[in-house]
Amino acid sequence: MRLLPVLLIVCATLALAGCPKKPTTVPETSGSTATEGSGANTGQGEGQIGQGRDLPGASGSINGGPAGAATIIYFDFDRSDIRPEYASLINTHAKFLAGSSSIKIRVEGHTDERGSREYNIALAERRAQAVRQALMLQGAGDAQLTTVSYGEERPAVAGSDESAYEKNRRVELVYGR
Amino acid sequence: MKFRHALILIIALAWPFEPASAQLTVQILKGMAESVPIAIVPLAWDGTGAAPHDVAATVQADLERSGRFRPLPRAQLVEQPHAASEVDTADWRMLKVDYVLVGKLSPLPDGRFEVRYELVSVANGERLLGTAVPVDPKALKRASHRVSDAVYEKILGVRGAFATRIAYVAVDGPVSKRSYRLVVSDADGDNERIVFGSPDPIMSPAWSPDGRSIAYVSFHSGLAAIYVQTLSTGAQVQVSARAGINGAPSYSPDGSQLALALSRRDGNVDVYVLTLATQDLKRITEDPAIDTEPSWAPDGRSLYFTSDRAGGPQVYNVGVEPGARPRRITFDGSYNARPRVSPDGRQLVVVTQDRGAFRIGAVDIQRGGLQVLSGGQLDESPSFAPNGADILYTSRVGGRDTLAIVSSDGRIQQQIAAGSGELREAAWSPFLN
Repeated sequence: MRLLPVLLIVCATLALAGCPKKPTTVPETSGSTATEGSGANTGQGEGQIGQGRDLPGASGSINGGPAGAATIIYFDFDRSDIRPEYASLINTHAKFLAGSSSIKIRVEGHTDERGSREYNIALAERRAQAVRQALMLQGAGDAQLTTVSYGEERPAVAGSDESAYEKNRRVELVYGR
Repeated sequence: MKFRHALILIIALAWPFEPASAQLTVQILKGMAESVPIAIVPLAWDGTGAAPHDVAATVQADLERSGRFRPLPRAQLVEQPHAASEVDTADWRMLKVDYVLVGKLSPLPDGRFEVRYELVSVANGERLLGTAVPVDPKALKRASHRVSDAVYEKILGVRGAFATRIAYVAVDGPVSKRSYRLVVSDADGDNERIVFGSPDPIMSPAWSPDGRSIAYVSFHSGLAAIYVQTLSTGAQVQVSARAGINGAPSYSPDGSQLALALSRRDGNVDVYVLTLATQDLKRITEDPAIDTEPSWAPDGRSLYFTSDRAGGPQVYNVGVEPGARPRRITFDGSYNARPRVSPDGRQLVVVTQDRGAFRIGAVDIQRGGLQVLSGGQLDESPSFAPNGADILYTSRVGGRDTLAIVSSDGRIQQQIAAGSGELREAAWSPFLN
């Protein structure tokens, strides 16, 4: 089993170089995309990496996006400005999108549960729009991006404390929608 | 037994709901010190076999649940008169009741029933109400709520809202696999009906002024859209599915228009008014800030809405005529959102941040000032009863959303318990005919 991470890293590297269409010995885990937790998808630990499959325009990615790139951007309370730490992540996705105009993503905005629901829908829309604008500024095409705001309606985790709240204040990038 | 101010009483209702609708029960958490003592005498039954409905039990439950009355327990009724002429006021005075309700239920030749009732004042023996109503067999419970309405109005001077309904969103399942249902029930939680169900979020139900339709937001298409559903037929019509947000529908008082929040393509959330018959869309606000959660003033001339144009969310009012300028209404605290206007147009209820918690606040529109009415940590979605006396809202209790009611003066609190799952975003219907 210790070989597995190595295999995957090798595979991902090869994939970036445009090679094998068929990743081998991929573990059959559920939770195959990086939609939970910290959003970091570092290739360490078996639970974080899922099944690769053939995708238009790119291969080797686990979520349809750029290989190894996280797909969640977290926000501060009642804020919709993108934290500086996400600049390179946004750039990675934007370049990926710019590389193939047939790829489409859905930018999904979310808030934590505090406050009124429709105001939170608006706040989450603002977050989704902030990410959409940032992606477009760096080369993604308008037609590739759809935004949807779920407000507080679709929390990533249950709970009414700050540790749950900070995981729920987020924008998710969903490829292939 | 006496209600005392600030004394917390929990009274589980003894009347079993029908099996098909055993979802909600209402408990009084805080009653009024000066609740009115009244005797509700079981109605005489003129037919054969068992009476088709215990009218007095429904009336007793309604009045008790309102927190404004203290009905004498049935076991303490020393005599059971069935007409005003049989009421001996001296006996009832000894039992310290101020009013006695008596009556009779009789079968009619056409298959209907006659509900006859009279209300007597113990103080002077005056007959305050005397009414006989023919009722279809299926409508006996609703007719009983109307008796409650009449008694409430005669004694308190405010029309009762027992014969009304509520709409709410019921949510079940874990975070990863939720199911949503839009439900309509009677105001006492009985007679539940599922209007619409979906694995995707359902939000923001709003009643049409005639009580026949509900507008709501659903994500079942994959994106947010506003639908109007006719309750009698179940017919669902999509009325707004524009790019971005389609949210926060609110019917104009004449029912011809919906105010709503749209973000369109550019993501700027503003308030619009949609004429339902023509699909004509009029923009009401135009500001880079968030403008959402519109609610019509009862005169139909202006809208109250939430905006963060001054930083945090606050409530504003704007005329619906072209070029009207928004005017800020709330100034207390850093967070006031989701306004709803009282039926008389004088009071607003909002979600307000109160020492770190989110609670229901009441704002006097003319004089300003904010009174916090609820005491939860995450209270939201206030909705006025059509008589303005009570406010239905959502409260987080034990990690679950549930419904609660507070009187508009904050003195009476009730909690509505669900069998399972979460209940939220309840909207009280208008008066129904």
